[in-house]
Amino acid sequence: MLTTRHILYLLIPIPFALALCLLAGSSGFGLPDTATATGRALLELRLSRLVTGFVVGAALSCSGCALQAVLRNALAEPYVLGVSSGGSLGAALVIATGLSALTPLALPAGAFVCAALTLLLVCLLASRTSGYSPNTLILTGVVAGSMLSSVLMLLLSFAKTRAVHSITWWLLGNLQATSWPLIAGVAALIALAIAVLCFEARTLNALLLGHEAAHNLGVRTRFAVPCILAAATLAAASAVAVSGIIGFVGLIVPHALRRITGANHRTLLPCAALVGGAFLVLCDTLARTLAAPHEIPVGVITSLTGGPFFLYLLTRKGKLPLA
Amino acid sequence: MITLSHISAAYHSETVLHDVSLTIARGELLALVGPNGAGKSSLLRVITGLLPSRGTVQVAGSDIVRLCPRSRARLLSVVPQEIASDIPYTAHDFVMLGRTASLPRFGGPSPDDDAAVQEAMTLTETWSLRQRPLPEMSGGERQRLALAMALAGRPQIILLDEPTSHLDLRHRMEMMRLLTRLNREQQVTILMAVHDLTLASQFFPRLVLLSEGRKLADGTPSEVLRPDLLEAAYACPVSVYPLPEAHATCVLPRL
Repeated sequence: MLTTRHILYLLIPIPFALALCLLAGSSGFGLPDTATATGRALLELRLSRLVTGFVVGAALSCSGCALQAVLRNALAEPYVLGVSSGGSLGAALVIATGLSALTPLALPAGAFVCAALTLLLVCLLASRTSGYSPNTLILTGVVAGSMLSSVLMLLLSFAKTRAVHSITWWLLGNLQATSWPLIAGVAALIALAIAVLCFEARTLNALLLGHEAAHNLGVRTRFAVPCILAAATLAAASAVAVSGIIGFVGLIVPHALRRITGANHRTLLPCAALVGGAFLVLCDTLARTLAAPHEIPVGVITSLTGGPFFLYLLTRKGKLPLA
Repeated sequence: MITLSHISAAYHSETVLHDVSLTIARGELLALVGPNGAGKSSLLRVITGLLPSRGTVQVAGSDIVRLCPRSRARLLSVVPQEIASDIPYTAHDFVMLGRTASLPRFGGPSPDDDAAVQEAMTLTETWSLRQRPLPEMSGGERQRLALAMALAGRPQIILLDEPTSHLDLRHRMEMMRLLTRLNREQQVTILMAVHDLTLASQFFPRLVLLSEGRKLADGTPSEVLRPDLLEAAYACPVSVYPLPEAHATCVLPRL
């Protein structure tokens, strides 16, 4: 196991990697000429994507860490409770009804509201049957997600061709946030969610033993579990609102980091925020530059890089340290 | 120390405890015995406040429902029946979780926390395992660590749910000797659900026999381990043999 000092050494390269990502673009490597309006616009575009990518990556990683602990399931990720399906349906509704043309905030707002409502529904159903038992939460989330996906497909089958294209592009996930106020709002929500999760780090450590053991260790589980679920989903829903569905970040970053930092959430969560953010920025840079001027959806890059890495982790020791 | 008055409890619609009353004095060593499904684990869950019940549960003079979780955990530790093998902690970090109720929300463990963990791991002979990850350990080693985690909280009461089920003969005896020593020297109240009736008779001066959620008998091993009571509880013919040289009573099912 690495000491705190070793972990800090590992985190030092992150700002340099981010700076390199800022310099890389489809027009070549280097800082755009800020003397020209085009150069300034290009720099602002790259900067906004970098900030959005970092914030979204941090949100998905921290959300994955927390959900894997609270649900005691190695395959838990930010979308396990149906947030992605709820967010997708919300975004699709906004696009299909033409509300997205009225204001740029309509799309993220619709996605966020539907994602949050989905979580509320899942938590209410799970608490009525078994008081937030991990299995019930996961099953309720999967069922709710499937039902919402079916509604989304129904909507797609009736939508106009242009709306279908917009919805599909949104579903693939991208970091083209257009306004700084939107990025700032989402970043504030995500920072709040990560702060709550860090505040509950010791609770998460106890919850890894199971809800009953955590209760016996002095955790107020009936309050802490919904609070953690809400914070983890707030982070995921905020990320979905601004970037669409980007898979694998919330799954592989926590698992890879647990092997380096250990499972103590006091260390794991801040590391997950930094590494998850940097990972998504790196993936977005690849998405922008690999097939330039054509752009590959960033969700494709995270899946293609994350999938094999996850399989490597899985086959290396036979099983993941949480299952 | 623990007073249960007219406790009834249910999982959904199935009642698992019927009007159970029990008083356990400070420093007492008591074993809950009875067949599977008798309500032993449920009674322990009621005492920890995990399973809601009708009736009242008083622990150290306070109603368990009104006690704040951290105060309850400092007063009372639980050793579960089994520890999952996939918990990604080292032995030391796992035992440190026993200090959760005493640790500050921010900041690391204090020297007192470190000392409590070392003391608990030394007592349970697990200090040499401190750097090893839990998934690499045997069931017996994990069980000893579970006891160490309970001891690390320096509680006044320890509740144990079948803790010896994964231990070999030597470690079973050592765990029981350690528990009786803690009980004798530090006046720790110990309540343990146990299946092994011979072991219960050997180490516990008081047994409570439960059957179908009801208290069937309460007394010394010779008062409780009677063929008529055991046959009524277990629904199987038994023979009871006193073993004076081992300070125990051997209970065997009749073929």
